[in-house]
Amino acid sequence: MIAELGHYALILGFCFAILLSTIPLVGAWMGDRVWMRLSRPLAGGQFILVLGSFCALSLNFLLDDFSVQYVAGNSNSLLPWYYKISAVWGGHEGSLLLWALILTGWTAAVAKFSKSLPLDMVARVLGVMGLVNIGFMLFILMTSNPFLRYLPSSPQDGADLNPLLQDFGLIVHPPMLYMGYVGFSVAFAFAVAALLGGRLDAAWARWSRPWTTVAWSFQTLGIALGSWWAYYELGWGGWWFWDPVENASLMPWLAGTALMHSLAVTEKRGVFKSWTVLLAIFTFSLSLLGTFLVRSGILTSVHAFASDPERGSFVLALLIVTIGGSLLLYALRAPVVKSHIGFSERSREIFLLLNNILLMVATLTVLGGTMFPLIAEYAGYEVSVGAPYFNLMFGFLAPVLVLIMGVGIYSHWKDTPAGTLLRKVPPLAVISLPLALVVPWLMGSFEWMVVVGMFIAVWLTVATALDVWAKSASRKGRLQGWLKTSRSYKGMVLGHLGLAVTIVGATLVSHYTVEKDVRMAPGTVAEVAGYQFKFLSVGRKQGPNYVGDKADIQILDGDGDVVTTLHPEKRRYVVSDNVMTEAGISPGLLRDLYVSLGEPVGEQAWAVRLQYKPFVRWLWLGAILMTWGGLLAVADRRYRMLRKASSEKHSVDIQAQENRSATGVTAGGAE
Amino acid sequence: MRRLILFVPLLVIMAMFFLFQQMIDHDPTEMELARKDKPVPAFALPGLRNPERFFTQEDLKGKPMLVNVWATWCPSCRVEHPYLLKLAKEKGVQLVGLNYKDDRTAALEWLDKLGDPYVFTVFDEEGRLGLDLGVYGAPETYVVDAEGIIRYRHVGVVNEKVWNEVLAPLMEDSGTRESEVKDTRVNESTGSEQGASS
Amino acid sequence: MNPKRKQRLLAVTFIVFGVGAAVGLALFALSQNINLFFNPTQVEAGEAPVDQRIRVGGMVVEGSVNRDPNSLAVTFDLTDYQGVVTVAYTGILPDLFREGQGIVTQGRLDAEGIFQADEVLAKHDENYMPPEIQRAVDKANRAETSY
Repeated sequence: MIAELGHYALILGFCFAILLSTIPLVGAWMGDRVWMRLSRPLAGGQFILVLGSFCALSLNFLLDDFSVQYVAGNSNSLLPWYYKISAVWGGHEGSLLLWALILTGWTAAVAKFSKSLPLDMVARVLGVMGLVNIGFMLFILMTSNPFLRYLPSSPQDGADLNPLLQDFGLIVHPPMLYMGYVGFSVAFAFAVAALLGGRLDAAWARWSRPWTTVAWSFQTLGIALGSWWAYYELGWGGWWFWDPVENASLMPWLAGTALMHSLAVTEKRGVFKSWTVLLAIFTFSLSLLGTFLVRSGILTSVHAFASDPERGSFVLALLIVTIGGSLLLYALRAPVVKSHIGFSERSREIFLLLNNILLMVATLTVLGGTMFPLIAEYAGYEVSVGAPYFNLMFGFLAPVLVLIMGVGIYSHWKDTPAGTLLRKVPPLAVISLPLALVVPWLMGSFEWMVVVGMFIAVWLTVATALDVWAKSASRKGRLQGWLKTSRSYKGMVLGHLGLAVTIVGATLVSHYTVEKDVRMAPGTVAEVAGYQFKFLSVGRKQGPNYVGDKADIQILDGDGDVVTTLHPEKRRYVVSDNVMTEAGISPGLLRDLYVSLGEPVGEQAWAVRLQYKPFVRWLWLGAILMTWGGLLAVADRRYRMLRKASSEKHSVDIQAQENRSATGVTAGGAE
Repeated sequence: MRRLILFVPLLVIMAMFFLFQQMIDHDPTEMELARKDKPVPAFALPGLRNPERFFTQEDLKGKPMLVNVWATWCPSCRVEHPYLLKLAKEKGVQLVGLNYKDDRTAALEWLDKLGDPYVFTVFDEEGRLGLDLGVYGAPETYVVDAEGIIRYRHVGVVNEKVWNEVLAPLMEDSGTRESEVKDTRVNESTGSEQGASS
Repeated sequence: MNPKRKQRLLAVTFIVFGVGAAVGLALFALSQNINLFFNPTQVEAGEAPVDQRIRVGGMVVEGSVNRDPNSLAVTFDLTDYQGVVTVAYTGILPDLFREGQGIVTQGRLDAEGIFQADEVLAKHDENYMPPEIQRAVDKANRAETSY
């Protein structure tokens, strides 16, 4: 019954999506205000219906209704309740429903927080989001319905959730990542709406900026969570595999980062309009492509839990309509008028253009590396592109990008006085180089890539710090001066520092990880990076839905003091007969100690992997800083003032809007 | 003129989609079958249970049937096995096994343990018939009509969906069509088939 | 040259230079880091290059796994039901490594014809043959058909 209600709610939600994508768009086209006004309640209704549908599925999981095929395939009565909830998005159908829920959630959010926008713009944006919703809900209803039942006989118990997914990281990682993926749909909808309305101006860029930044923040956090999850849950301490699914999440992030910066140029200076619109379309396209790559079955990887070629064809059709349609619209409607706004080669515009070029090249690098094996396979070769390719490319692109960033911080819009930028370079270099050289010395071995990585991280940090120093000068003191800077400036500072922190983490953990596979029996002591690992004992352990072996490994530091005792496990999940390695991790700001049980190699003896991973936490710390920066920038007063001002001048605005939308429509028609 | 440049992204993306479409259609499980709509190649191979009894292509005539290529070394065969049992028992489908490049003892043990859905099983130790048929791997399942003509090859696991959507219509099709057109010969060959299965 | 022209020229130069450099580097990186896949039959026939990083995949032959009791060295045989290649590896095998299970290994072939693996990958789904293995098995059969 609950499943049927959920199914029904989803179908109704689909109907709402159809209404949402027709009525307001037609209304905006004809200039009918009543029709345009319908967009907000429709968006809200759609969200509530899909939420209801999602809750129904969750309830099915909590109540162990194994007559529902999806529940039977992904849950089990032995599963703790919180994993039953996360199992809702542990499989293909449910994760798509979560996608749809988040998409309608973003649509409802746009409806709620768009009071300051002209009505026709709101109608078009919500209408375009409705179109995307139609596609996804149709996909769910046609090919991936999670509410199908086993009739007449149903299994007694479920097949269990993949044990890799029975984990806290997986409760939060997919929702965060989807928030990012789907969030870029707002920027996309704004871009398409602006193309439809023929009004691609600074106001458009200002409206899409906060949405893009929020989506980007979620995406950042989602990727970091995924990396953290892989680090501790896969059991072997890898934090990034350049696996197609990871690449699929990285591509929209890179494009989204470019979009954030190019939106700034378009808002402040009114240039790069066509490019920014294209980038908005491109970013969301990459999000969709990510979904496509994962679900089509073209790619198989550690993460691809759900894949099916039939669904792939459907997603492909969806992609062609969405991306092809928007690019066609772009080709027909994007402005080709030459802008008369000039800027010099030392201007901030140029630096941000360089940032965009480099980020796009990085995106294409990832795309190429991911697609190459597929294309080669299609041509009849079997190849794989390994991590070294990506590492080499990013080892080259990232330093160039960061060096330009460091200087670009000092540039001004339009033109920077000659010499200013060149004068900044010597102090940056003088501080960065010694620090970059001293780190390999401290860590004990010299590597060129460490010098490069540390150099750019310090370069960026110092450049940001010097800029903050200059900007925070005030009569009331530095602290007051800093507090007086705008939130979007603080956000930028945090974001850039976050990147530097992540670079430090990535550089050091990549080059100074010490890893040893050893055979250990009770009493064995092994030394790794100055720590003594003492294998105390190993015993059986019974979990709620698994049985396992659990070892006790004591770690002593150089002085012989006990650091901690770790308990790595080897688990066998009973229902699905999966074996899992649960690592024992001693986290720290400067280093992690990572112990995982391999396999038994004799009476009481085990193969054990011992690892020392310096600065690995900095990877995710940096991502948290970036996320925080993004959210801070969105909280800028500028955006709130805008809303307040608009509600005060509401009547005036409406008048103005009507005039504008009228001209917008005629301009659109004339073209 | 400037507007034409704006079409470049569209063209690039469309080219990419075209490639994707090709890749999806290029489904490795639907490989072209050289012997499609041709008779089962001539063979003479011993039965799995009874090494003295030799089976030939004539034994595959009479009724539409499924020839299932399996082996104990093939993990997917274990997956499809319960469904094959169901097909044989509940739906009365004529299933013939082709034990492919396998070990006789292991294969017999497998059938004893998991159940035997086959009317009879041909033991193709060296993969000779497999070679003639163009078997790529196991499991594969061939639809052979009453005339002993290969109608279809399915690569991979047979499950409810494959049966309902692909195999069942073909079986029905090859059954009715043959009986209409060549009534007399069907009767003739039915006799020989029954002889084989007993 | 007027400033607008100059500006555009500059932008174009940047783009051409940047993209060109990146494409060049990408091609270089690809040419260095593509790992070709071979099946045991090809390795046995001497088609696989010696001492070059390649991937070899197949089924682990039942009963062939040999662990050195005092270290983590292990050897096992991989087959595609046509050819067999012996793999040597030191370290911890993945959780899903089992006899009769399809796996992919990455490493170098030594002069004695033993594959010195530095990475062993097993797939996560039990009921599923990794496509590379499936194709290795397929290929071996196809090769036979074409004789």
